Amino acid sequence: MLTFTIRRLFLSIPTLLFISFIIFGLLQLAPGDPMAQVPLTVPPEVKQKMREALGLGAPWYVQYWKWLIQFFWIEPKVFIDYLTNSSTLLGWLPDTNFYKDELRVISWQTRSPVMDIVAQRMPQTLWVVGLSYIVGILIAIPIGIYSAYRHYSLFDQAGTFITMVGFSIPPFFTGPLLIVVFSVTLGWLPSIYDTTHVVTDWESFKIQFFQMVMPVMVLALQTTAQISRYMRGAMLDNLNQDYVRTARAKGLREASVVMVHVLRNSMIPVVTVIALGMPAIFGGAIITENVFKVNGIGQLLLTALFANDLPMVMTLTFIFAILIVLFNLIADVLYGLLDPRIRYD
Amino acid sequence: MTEQAIPASPLEADIETFGALVDKEPQKPPRSQWKDVWDQFRKHKGAVFGGGFLLFITLAVLLGPYIWDVDPKKLDIRNKNWRPIYTLLWDSGVTAGWAHPFGTDQLGRDILAQMIAGGRVSMAVGWLAMALALIIGTAIGVFAGYFKRLDFWLMRFTDLVLSLPILPLVLLAVTLFRQPLNSRFGPEGGMFILIVSVIGLTSWMQTARIVRGDILALKEREFILAARSIGTTSGKIIRRHLLPNVISPIMVSATLGLATAIITESALSFLGVGFPSDYPTWGKLLADAVQRMQDYPERVLLPGIAISLTVLSVNYLGDGLRDALDPRIRGR
Repeated sequence: MLTFTIRRLFLSIPTLLFISFIIFGLLQLAPGDPMAQVPLTVPPEVKQKMREALGLGAPWYVQYWKWLIQFFWIEPKVFIDYLTNSSTLLGWLPDTNFYKDELRVISWQTRSPVMDIVAQRMPQTLWVVGLSYIVGILIAIPIGIYSAYRHYSLFDQAGTFITMVGFSIPPFFTGPLLIVVFSVTLGWLPSIYDTTHVVTDWESFKIQFFQMVMPVMVLALQTTAQISRYMRGAMLDNLNQDYVRTARAKGLREASVVMVHVLRNSMIPVVTVIALGMPAIFGGAIITENVFKVNGIGQLLLTALFANDLPMVMTLTFIFAILIVLFNLIADVLYGLLDPRIRYD
Repeated sequence: MTEQAIPASPLEADIETFGALVDKEPQKPPRSQWKDVWDQFRKHKGAVFGGGFLLFITLAVLLGPYIWDVDPKKLDIRNKNWRPIYTLLWDSGVTAGWAHPFGTDQLGRDILAQMIAGGRVSMAVGWLAMALALIIGTAIGVFAGYFKRLDFWLMRFTDLVLSLPILPLVLLAVTLFRQPLNSRFGPEGGMFILIVSVIGLTSWMQTARIVRGDILALKEREFILAARSIGTTSGKIIRRHLLPNVISPIMVSATLGLATAIITESALSFLGVGFPSDYPTWGKLLADAVQRMQDYPERVLLPGIAISLTVLSVNYLGDGLRDALDPRIRGR
């Protein structure tokens, strides 16, 4: 298993390089000009110099190579320095001081390092996305179990219908719908997510809780719909197997047959689906963040795209790609760990 | 009866000998596969409803402009902000009427006409992008499954594309290539080509994988061996023997593809990178209405419901098709 994991880790390096090359190629082919916003009074030769200052004069392979160096060599050094210098987790280690003022990936919009902005925005996205995923899973699994156990019952029919509806309604419709109902008509919840809000006491925690309800529920609806369908399918497959009859025949209680024997076996495919769905929920967060004005990385990607901020777009898209490759790997490894029938050798 | 008296056909002899085995009733006429499929499909209520609704909405957007022939782009500022006709039920004071059954927007454009025009674009994008994805996916799946030499590289390529971040890349491509295509084909035509090709090029992977798996299994069957032994060429085997046998997984993934294509197009329009602002699509109508949804919630609800119902019916259709085309489930 360990050799498989290591082999897959090594195999993911060319995959990531290929993906970064595709993103870079797309950005190179694009006709957008970062100098388009500069006033027309600036003479063309000055504009040319500004372009070169941004590193745009160099041939594409030089630009690509420099980006690779910056992303895979200089940024990790900055990160390790941060870990050993000011983080609470590893701050006790001696300061490493790897970073020696090399050029980092600089955003064209703000002229500050891209990774610093990403680090600022990441917590918002992680809170909303992560919580919604957990909420979605917690709702989905009991629904899946019960509707498989009472197959073709009223609950099953209703559950299947509701998950199908949840599957079909896009988040950019559920979001405004919830805002109309809960913010405008009822006035219970705020429609805009305030990222500057700091939780200090019970009152501020309540505000934080209320403003998170809607974005989390919108994202959780998608997760719930998908995972409860898988859960139901997996439970149905397992409930008809011989070992279930054996377990009942030897007099186990029904609760332990279903909740221990069947559930454990049904969780194998569901866990991998949960891992595989993680990157997709980050992608879906782009829309949800836009609806509720959450100041996360999805919103950052959109503004960077509109502002023609190519280093930011490149880095953010690549971070999404890393997430996908990473969670694919996690899903494969988990599958092998959980299911002894699967052997990757 | 002696050993030498061999009858003309062993079957007839059996029937004579074991008279009890002969059916009293006339045999049922042979049934075609598609009749079986239809019978199974009819049992799935959701699928029948879904297929019917999809047919209805397609016909509505196709024929709608001929029946409701109001120009969706005509401004009529005197008659702006009409409410839909049903608001008269509980509030007789609103401006509403049969002249504009779904009301008008802030510039006085008729919302019913806009919905029909928007539905045309959304459905056209959905169908075309789905067709493009199917063609690419089927071609790659067939080649990878049939030709052993191509298999490794095509499947590695599919895996690579599967690990691309699709929504960010689609956003990227649409924003970056908008300008050159717009100047070439006009703002509407350019955007249409761009969105269809971007969605098609990023959603063929599942089809390719399913088709490849089925082709790999079919290739080893006797009828392919028989076809090859009488000298059938590879192209003919693929067209005549393999493709008709993988039509059912292709149809199921077609429904999934249609649903995703409609949602992706609406999401792009919603995020403001889709079609130009005066060109209605369902996603665009929804996005434009979000600013005024406190006063006019119906302008968000109508396109939203249209998108959701279409996608829901397509998903149900796919569910029913999957059951109907699976011979193990059929007939149960």
